[in-house]
Amino acid sequence: MKVLLKYREVWLLAAIAVLIGLISMRFPGFAAFGNLRQVFNDTSILMILALGQMVVILTRSIDLSMASNLCFTGMVVAMLNAAHPAIPIPLLIVIALLVGLVLGAINGFLVWRLNIPSIVVTLGTLTIYRGATFVISGGAWVNADQMSPDFIGLQRAAFLGIPVLSWIAILVIALFFLLMTRTALGRSIYAIGVNPTASVYAGIDVGRTKFIVFCISGMAAGLCGYLWISRYVIASVEVANGYELNIIAACVIGGISIAGGIGSVGGAVLGSLFLGIISNALPVINISPFWQMAISGSAIILAVVLNARGERRQGRIILKKAETA
Amino acid sequence: MTDTPAPRHIPDRLDKPLNAAIFSWEALLVAVAVAIFAVNSFASPYFLDAWSLSDLTFNFTEKALIALAMALLIISGEIDLSVAAIIALASTIMGMAVQAGAGTPVLVAIGILVGLGCGAFNGLLVTRLGLPSIVVTIGTMSLFRGIAFIVLGDQAYKGYPPSFAFFGQGYVWWVVSFELTLFLVAAVIYWFLLHRTSFGRRVFAIGNNPVAAQFSGVRVGRIKFILFCLTGLMAGIASVLITSRLGSTRPSIAQGYELEVITMVVLGGVSILGGAGSIVGVVLAAFIMGLVTFGLGLLNVPGIVMSIFIGLLLIIVIALPIVWRRLRRERFT
Repeated sequence: MKVLLKYREVWLLAAIAVLIGLISMRFPGFAAFGNLRQVFNDTSILMILALGQMVVILTRSIDLSMASNLCFTGMVVAMLNAAHPAIPIPLLIVIALLVGLVLGAINGFLVWRLNIPSIVVTLGTLTIYRGATFVISGGAWVNADQMSPDFIGLQRAAFLGIPVLSWIAILVIALFFLLMTRTALGRSIYAIGVNPTASVYAGIDVGRTKFIVFCISGMAAGLCGYLWISRYVIASVEVANGYELNIIAACVIGGISIAGGIGSVGGAVLGSLFLGIISNALPVINISPFWQMAISGSAIILAVVLNARGERRQGRIILKKAETA
Repeated sequence: MTDTPAPRHIPDRLDKPLNAAIFSWEALLVAVAVAIFAVNSFASPYFLDAWSLSDLTFNFTEKALIALAMALLIISGEIDLSVAAIIALASTIMGMAVQAGAGTPVLVAIGILVGLGCGAFNGLLVTRLGLPSIVVTIGTMSLFRGIAFIVLGDQAYKGYPPSFAFFGQGYVWWVVSFELTLFLVAAVIYWFLLHRTSFGRRVFAIGNNPVAAQFSGVRVGRIKFILFCLTGLMAGIASVLITSRLGSTRPSIAQGYELEVITMVVLGGVSILGGAGSIVGVVLAAFIMGLVTFGLGLLNVPGIVMSIFIGLLLIIVIALPIVWRRLRRERFT
């Protein structure tokens, strides 16, 4: 198992290296350290979201509401910042984490207590959270000139030559790595995905664990709410519209099985990087951005075809419910 | 299907609880629909008018047509997230045909065939390569819409012939639109297909237990392939209707429809886990969503706020039977 996992990531890493190599042939500056650092920074938000989605997918669930959660949380912190510029940014980040946590907990509660399939719950909350964004903002935008310089500046500030946004991503990656490889919760998450029935007999509270993973994905979305708004300096109802599928795509490219139980932090990070490199490289090598969707779509299909070899045994009926208790 | 005799009927023991659940579900949906209808007619004086009720149908028939086929697909345990992208691609190719001077019959044929082709492509990927459909169709969703973006860029195709407008704007009889008529006919066909044919039985069987179905001689792969083709076909038909109604093609056409179609199907009582559901429920759910969006529209509620109501409706309607069952169980034990 462990060998297989490593095998997947090595392959993905090789694919990324080839991708960078091909792009460098057309545009030699692309592989320079400075540019790759920029690509990593551009992909940071997607990485954090993909990691949050990963823990949910590992338990055979799915969170379609992440982009709406991000939009709602982003609007909350942007409006708070516009109305009360005196609130310190760290406090705003804590608020973003909490708002995201609450929205994620609503998803988790419905999945845990009412046993509604996660795809249905998050399909519902996807529209509810985005609608709620409209309600709290009245459809208005929060523009760059309404945000305080600190709000916008924090993630752009450099520390040891690397932007704070990248540092936040690195910190989150490290946290998820510890969670998945060094904690009982991480073990339980994998166990539930591999075999929910056996997990119950092993003494794992499947429902509660699912609740926790939705809280985690909610917090990841909430954090990204602040990061997204302060990066693109506009908060509107349209923020990250449809982005939920990019997040899932990053996970899928990263070798995380939609049938649960298979996947790793490294995979999610590399999958996000893969998509990030594609979207960064297209304008650089003079391909019209209109090609981006078709190219990433083909990449997703290709990645699934390659990944499917190892998991055909279990992954056919993706929506089959985990037998909880 | 002559070589392997497939079971004609699943034993009654399996049928009864399923039937009972569906009956109560449909009763619930009818109650919800009546309630929303009543609220609407009190809330706005413009609601109870033949023309405005007719307008209401334009709200949902295009999505509901796809929901009919999607219901079968979800009952079989698969899903298709690429339907809206199929609409965009079919509409784009129709637009190209218009530039080349194609007439109305050719346009309709192109729309339907492109839809069918896209559905078949999804079906091949899922059944031949054994890939999970949710992932495949996320991929083809980007791929199909991506092609529409490559072809169109940021422009729009216009200049559809006047006779083409009938499909999305025409009336068959007084206020009864062509779209509504087509939807009702399609609903009857799908009802018959799912509930009165051995094909429909097999769809349920696959959704309940694909392995058992395979071993009892059901050609699981082939039936799933047909279901993907049907969903693509319906998306193609919907593309003709939408393109005709709007009179233009943009690459962003029908954005986000896939989730509304799935919401309709799930609201209609189709289990997202496969194996249970009915066409009557889906038709009722389609009308409910039409009523909600149209009623709120008359009250000048913006579209994004309507989506809150649709989302709440979805979760509440799904949660109601579960909460009710739990309360009853607690009282008796």
